[in-house]
Formats: sequence, structure tokens, C-alpha cells
Amino acid sequence: MDKALERPMRSITSLFAAFAVLLGGALTPAIAAEEAPTPPAQDWSFDGVFGTFDRAASQRGLQVYLEVCSLCHALDYVAYRNLTALGFTEAEVEAIAQRYSVTDGPDDSGDMFERPGLPQDRFVAPFANEQAARAANNNAYPPDLSLMVEARAGGADYLYGLLTGYVEAPDDVELSAGMSYNEYFPGHQIAMPNMLGDGAVQYTDGTEATTQQMAWDVTNFLAWTSEPNLEDRLNTGRGVIIYLLIFAGLLYAVKRKIWAKVH
Amino acid sequence: MAHGSSAVEYRNPAVRWIDRRLPIFSMMHREYGEFPTPRNFNYLWNFGALAMFFLVLMIATGVMLAMHYTPSTDQAFASVERIMRDVNGGWLLRYLHMNGASFFFIVVYIHMFRGLYYGSYKAPRELLWMLGVVIFLLMMATAFMGYVLPWGQMSYWGATVITNLFSTIPWVGDAIVTWLWGGFSVDNPTLNRFFSLHFLLPFVILGVVVLHIAALHVTGSNNPTGIEPKGPQDTLPFHPYYTMKDTFGLAVCLILFSIMVFFAPNFMGHPDNYIPANPLVTPSHIVPEWYFLPFYAILRAVTFNFLFIPAELGGVILMFGSIIVLFFVSWLDTSKVRSAKYRPVYKWFFWLFVIDVLVLGYMGSQPAEGINVLIAQLATLYYFLHFLVVLPLLGKFERPKPLPRSIAEAVLPRGRSAAGMAAAPAE
Repeated sequence: MDKALERPMRSITSLFAAFAVLLGGALTPAIAAEEAPTPPAQDWSFDGVFGTFDRAASQRGLQVYLEVCSLCHALDYVAYRNLTALGFTEAEVEAIAQRYSVTDGPDDSGDMFERPGLPQDRFVAPFANEQAARAANNNAYPPDLSLMVEARAGGADYLYGLLTGYVEAPDDVELSAGMSYNEYFPGHQIAMPNMLGDGAVQYTDGTEATTQQMAWDVTNFLAWTSEPNLEDRLNTGRGVIIYLLIFAGLLYAVKRKIWAKVH
Repeated sequence: MAHGSSAVEYRNPAVRWIDRRLPIFSMMHREYGEFPTPRNFNYLWNFGALAMFFLVLMIATGVMLAMHYTPSTDQAFASVERIMRDVNGGWLLRYLHMNGASFFFIVVYIHMFRGLYYGSYKAPRELLWMLGVVIFLLMMATAFMGYVLPWGQMSYWGATVITNLFSTIPWVGDAIVTWLWGGFSVDNPTLNRFFSLHFLLPFVILGVVVLHIAALHVTGSNNPTGIEPKGPQDTLPFHPYYTMKDTFGLAVCLILFSIMVFFAPNFMGHPDNYIPANPLVTPSHIVPEWYFLPFYAILRAVTFNFLFIPAELGGVILMFGSIIVLFFVSWLDTSKVRSAKYRPVYKWFFWLFVIDVLVLGYMGSQPAEGINVLIAQLATLYYFLHFLVVLPLLGKFERPKPLPRSIAEAVLPRGRSAAGMAAAPAE
């Protein structure tokens, strides 16, 4: 690059850098402002440019969700048919869907009726509405989990930290009735009790169901429900960037050639 | 031909037939083919074309998203998730649109700072600059309403905070807010009208962009020296020189854009906006999108009543004032010299101003408490001092460096022929 271009290019880079700093600053407060420590960063398979979902962990995570979480938490934006993306066969998906009862209708006589779930159904919610959920949960509302990883600052690290973050409350903290103490929950008092005690599920693949293992697996599963198209996105992205790098290189060569006459 | 300064005889009979009746081909040739453009643009002059690209991208992706989006408080959030999960390529459309908004602002901010650095707003380009400020205002309105559409927590609470600004207007404020909302809170009518306006305004922007470019093609572009081209030795035809340079710049910009879209699509967003709007739960910190943060800081900086003006109204006045003042830059800056290259003192004040805006942006992202309030107040004060005191006085006291006699003299190696078309040694 010739001297005349170097300076403006440098100022462009520094402007981008300045914006990056500004953006970085803009995003920290939401995490830092709450009075809870930042959960330690974990090494997720879906992190980074070459990320993929860990199918085995996600499948175990589905089991944890179905057997534990789904007693209170809905998964409104995910359909049973989506599970084929995690490596389940269509027959397995049908079998999972059939375990649940779906209200359908109205039929020809105008009545609603119950039928077994089908692959195209969304995950059946544990409660009919928010009021029912609150009534059953000490007036706390268990949020929908479809987007849980994207909807929390810290993402998967936060969720894993939360699920493994149940500790004895310090002596100076008085817990309200029905609340639990959690290291990573903003304000520390959380309505959800520790549901993932060792052995809370019996894994079908024989993995030992420790608290850490279940938290890890269900976080993998919920990372997938949050952004099921992540692998597609990263794949496309790698291709697009390689294409653009070559294209930009060619364009630069042509530009140099055209401008050579007039410099 | 109406304006045929250079009548072109087209060989293709269809083109010739059309051009005699509606000279679009000769116009394109005149304005984008041979259009004499200063030969010394640096890469900062790419950003106008980049802004145009992002406007088109936003309209294209936006029209597609609108085909799948449902503007209703019950279904808006779910319809966005449907786009992300079930619409073919929907995730790509939405991420392009989301990050496109951020990049549109990045590109326009650089475009504006470039104008401030090289004095592009000075005579005869005052109207050109002012049309640019109009575009900026329209962009802010459009972006604000677009952010409301997914109906997440930040959408809802951002809309509530910003529309409530109008309630600070004395006597009629509350009535105006009710009128804006179409009810007594941000609700379904608000969402519906925001969707309608969010679809409309980009086309208004496009119209003003056409005026902006028309004005540009009357005065011609400014350039890094800030002196007008004095003859053919100072200019190059727009095509192929700048079409090529803009295309290369676009490719570089698209690489950065793609990195965001594909590898960090939610980096510039806020996690709370993946929680459906809930009027009963206020987020602990309501933060606008990053591109509004400097103005948000100015809004919150006024914490005291001033004479008969209550603090809230003062903040609103200053926030709008911080943009209104841009309309008058052409006259506030009294220096005859355009480019900061030849203004040794202004150059420093320019960078001080850039830092000031970055500080304001950072303060806008932080909770307004403790020392932050004071820093934001000082930064706000300096923002206005820059325009209202520094710029007018600097023109009077600064001694500019001697200007080159022509662009060619400034940028071509000594001894080169004036026409500059002779074969040049490779650099």
C-alpha cells in the first residue's frame, strides 16, 4: 500500500477500534450491574467459528429437560420434529411426542379433544397459563426456556453457573420463605430450588448423572433450543468470509491496476 | 437533450430511443461516468457509498422480514422467533437487518466525522450537510421504531422511556404522549403505528438521500485538501476510478459486516430483548441501542432544574439541541480553511470532540450514579462548547498552514505532468 493510503487506512482502523471499545463498554454494564459474580467461562463445543452442538450431551440434556425441568418450564418455540437436528430418528421423535397429550379441536361437533402428541406439535407446556404456573409454584413464574441461553447476559456460562451455583446461604443472609440461595443469581435469592441433585435422572446412555453432568447436558440442549440454526450460520459464515477475502483481494488488484496510471 | 453537456450517441437503437425521450443513460454517464471527482480522495470518502449500500440492504431485508412479521402485541415476539426458526433463511435475513442497522450507523458516523474533519459542510456545501443531518434524524427515528417491533423487554421499555420524553413538554406534553401511543400506555396501537412508520420512513430517507446526492452533484465533492479542483489536472472521472475504489472498500466493509452477522450476531444487541415484553417487570437498566448512547447520556446529564425549566425538560432540550446544533455547523465554524490538514489547532479540537462523544457513549451505557453523572455533565458541556464556542473562536484566532495551489500540486510527485496521465512508475 502506498504512503498516501496508509494514513487514512490507519485512521479507519482506529475508528473501528474505538467503536469496538465503545460497544464493549456498552455491553458490560448489564452483566456487571447486578450484584452477582460473573460465572466462570466454560469450554462449549458450540463456541467459536467452528462450533457444533455436542449431540450426545444435547440428547442427555433433552432427557434432563423432559424429566426434571419440564415439570415447571415450558419450551414454547420448539417442536418435537426439531429434535431430528440433534440426531434423533423420526421414529424416536414420534415416540417422544406420543408420550404427551395435546389438546386439539374443535372437532365436528365443536368439542375440544385430547390426542397423543405428533412430531409437528410444539413441546407440551406444563401449565395452561401463567396464573396456573404461579399458583403451583409459590407465586413464582418459571420462565419459558426456549431462549434462555440468549436471553441472559453471560449465556451458557451463566446458565451452567446458575444450575451448579446452589450453596448454603451465608449467615448474614435471611432467605424469604421458599427461596434458595444461588451464587450466580442476581440478588442471590432464587425461587427455583436445586432440582439437579446427584442422580436426579437415570441416563439411558449410562452416563453418571452428577449435578455438574446434568447441568452441562441441559445447558447444551438449551443452547440448541436458543439458536437451532447456529451450525448453519457458522457454516455459511466461513464460506462467505473466504469468498469475500478472495474477492476483495481481486478487487484490490484491479483497483491498483486502474489507478497505476494516475498516481 | 435537456442537459446534454456531452451528448452521447448510443449505438444500441433501443437505448438511443429511450435516451432521446428520457435521458437516463446520458444522465448516468454524466453523473457517474465522467463526473469530475477530486483525484485525491482517501478511503474515508468510501463511506457515503457504503451508507447507500446499507440503506438498500436494510430496505431489501426489511421488506422480506415484513412478509413474515406480525405487528400485534400477542404475536410479534413469536413471529420473530418463527422467522428465526421456521422461515427458510429467516435467521440470515433477521441478523442482516439487525446488524445492518448497527453498521449503517457506524458507517454514517464515520461519514459525519469525516465531514467535520475535512470541513465538508462549508460553503457552498451547507445545504448538502443539512440534508445529511435530516437523513441522520430520520435514521434515528426509523431505528428507534424498528427496535420496538420484536416486542422484547428492551423494545417495550425503550419505547416507554423515549415516548415519555414528550411528556416533559409544558402543558401539552401528556396529551401528545397519549396521542403518540394511541392509548394510555405503549400497547397494540403503538406497535401497529410504529410498524407502519418503520416501513414508511426508509423510503423517506431514500428520497432525502436523492436530494443529498443531487446537491452533491451540483457542488462536487470536497476532498482531503479542502481546496476546490481548479482544472482537469485535479480531477478524475468517477468511473472507473471511484467506482472501483468504492467497490473494493465495500468488499472490505462486507468482510467486517459478515464477521458480525455470522460469528457474533447478538454482540450489539441486548439479551433482555430475547425476553418477551412484560409491562409488569421493569428491567434493572434500560439501555438504548449503542448508537443512541451519546444522546442518551446527554438526556440524563441534566439532573437539576435550571431557572423555570425542570430537569427532565432540560435533558430533552439538550438532547434534541445536540442534533439541532449540527444544522448550524456551517455558520458556527468561522474558519475560511476547510480541511483540518491545514488547521493545526482545529485538528486537536476535532480529536478532543471525538473522544468527548466516545465518553458520552460510554456514560450512556453506565448507570447514572456517582461520578458517572459528573463525567456525563462535563462531557455534555464540552459537546456544546465545541460547537458554540470553540468553532466560532478558532476561525478568528487560528493561523492556518499555507494551502497548496492546487490538488495536483498537493498530491502528485513533483515534476509530474499536470495532466497526470503519463505512464507512472509503479509505487
